[in-house]
Amino acid sequence: MIELAGLTKRYGEKVAVNHLTFTVRPGVVTGFLGPNGAGKSTTMRMILGLDHPTAGDVRIDGKHYDQLKDPMKYIGALLEAKAWHGGRSAFNHLLCLAQANGIPKQRVHEVLDTVGLTAVARKKAKGFSLGMGQRLGIAGALLGDPRILMFDEPVNGLDPEGIHWIRNLMKTLAAQGRTVFVSSHLMSEMALTAEHLVVIGQGRLLADTSMADFIAQNSRSSVRIRTPQRERLLDVLHGAGITVVEAGSGAFEVDGGKPERIGELAAQHQIVLHELSTQQASLEEAFMRLTAESVEYHAHSDPAAERQLGVPPDEVWGRGNGWRKG
Amino acid sequence: MSTPQPPMQQAAPGAPYAGYSSPIPVVRTHLGHALASEWTKIKSVRSTMWTLGVFVLLVVGIGLLAGALVANSSEAELGGENPLSLGFFGLLLGSMCIITLGVLTTASEYGTGMIRTTMTACPTRGRVLVAKAIVFFSVAFVVTLVSAGFVAFAQVGMLSDAREPSGGEWLKGTVGISLYIALLGLLSLVVGSIVRHSAGAITIMIAAVLAPLVIAMFMFASSLEDLRQALFEYSIPNQLSIFYANSLSESGPSGWDPLWIMLGVTAAAFAGAYALLEKRDV
Repeated sequence: MIELAGLTKRYGEKVAVNHLTFTVRPGVVTGFLGPNGAGKSTTMRMILGLDHPTAGDVRIDGKHYDQLKDPMKYIGALLEAKAWHGGRSAFNHLLCLAQANGIPKQRVHEVLDTVGLTAVARKKAKGFSLGMGQRLGIAGALLGDPRILMFDEPVNGLDPEGIHWIRNLMKTLAAQGRTVFVSSHLMSEMALTAEHLVVIGQGRLLADTSMADFIAQNSRSSVRIRTPQRERLLDVLHGAGITVVEAGSGAFEVDGGKPERIGELAAQHQIVLHELSTQQASLEEAFMRLTAESVEYHAHSDPAAERQLGVPPDEVWGRGNGWRKG
Repeated sequence: MSTPQPPMQQAAPGAPYAGYSSPIPVVRTHLGHALASEWTKIKSVRSTMWTLGVFVLLVVGIGLLAGALVANSSEAELGGENPLSLGFFGLLLGSMCIITLGVLTTASEYGTGMIRTTMTACPTRGRVLVAKAIVFFSVAFVVTLVSAGFVAFAQVGMLSDAREPSGGEWLKGTVGISLYIALLGLLSLVVGSIVRHSAGAITIMIAAVLAPLVIAMFMFASSLEDLRQALFEYSIPNQLSIFYANSLSESGPSGWDPLWIMLGVTAAAFAGAYALLEKRDV
């Protein structure tokens, strides 16, 4: 169990992590989600005692990281890709870590086998691909057979087979009763592995919820309508108590509406419809809406192209408020 | 959008909860574990073998060469010279290798990102620095002692016309100078930990060895005579040479003084590095 209480990290003027309070519980995979630069890695470094918090506190099973006498048996972490000396072989890298925690040498062979690097164990880590590097990092995290595992962007650079392997590994580890805390900036990836979700943006907590609730709340659908008889349809829908939102390109959207009912209403009043379709918001969109205001590095699209498409740039990002946590 | 947390058993801090428990026995880690880890690290990278290999080559090669050149001179020319002093040239050049290895022991971990792995495995940061210092110092001392000792015996054998060095001269010319070189390497290791950048730290250390002597050589103004004298006397090459009872001047450090000077400087730098390591983010 990892408990964060008001955890804050400031670099000069910039606040990287802003008063984070949440708990990572054992037995489930907790996804830690946020756009690039949201403060995920900084938070993880503070959990591991690598960075000193400006304010607040973080404890692992009630202890500060530097109070752990055998840290690798408590918590295993994959922080960044390639956090090792390239001139050392995979085996020696793991061996020096094992020795620092009094872990038997036999365990090094076991984890190398688990991650599938036995064949290249004596090769210099310098020549490893990104995917092999991630596997070596994960081997290091598993070395102490810890009850808490923390992975920072573990699927980065992995091929589909590797991604599949990682997903199953995380689920298996959680099923054994361990705490698994995994960061990602990909909602779709988390939807497949995480049972609980912590979302941050610009260092602040945006959501702390179960994945099931997140999906239930965010996968709402809307109905998209286009018609040449705008005014009449608006009157009819208004009369039926249906709220309509302008969606650009002369289309409307009805949040959570039923296409059957709108179609029937239009038919009753002999209104011609050019489009009547259900729009399902993806989780990725829900995540983007949630974090829209806290995205640090916006890509600005070409305004000329936007005008041509008829989508006002605001429309793309500006709908976050309804989903924000107060 | 966040939902109320499901009620959970609030574990008291430190209280065990039902979770995974590993079959691997729990060990309270101590300095011994860190020493074993650092020993594996230093012997498992090729740069250690290279720097120490070049060091031995320089010390032994230049030492034997100097011995061979002087071996032909007559007793009068040698004039009661201490034959051990011929080891100086090789050790002066070789010290650059020890400096490089010392810096790499700490700074390379920052360059590669290994330091975060290391500090995660051993969150007692001071212990990591102490373990690195002990392992490196021992390696540097043993390698220097063996090479300097070998050269010393060879030179005494080659210069049959020179006088036999006294017991004190033997001790200073082998153990003394090896301790000094190993301390110089340890200072480099500490500087590497402070600077966290290999090239930067190596530059600083090589400048510290050479700059005072070079600057003093070109200090012609008579008003700077005292400063010039001090730079000469306390420059690292002159301190090395004092172990053979040779000095650029009559005043200044003598006997075992250089060792105490280097010990003081290294201890001060070590304390600084230790404090910084605890204070800074990794």
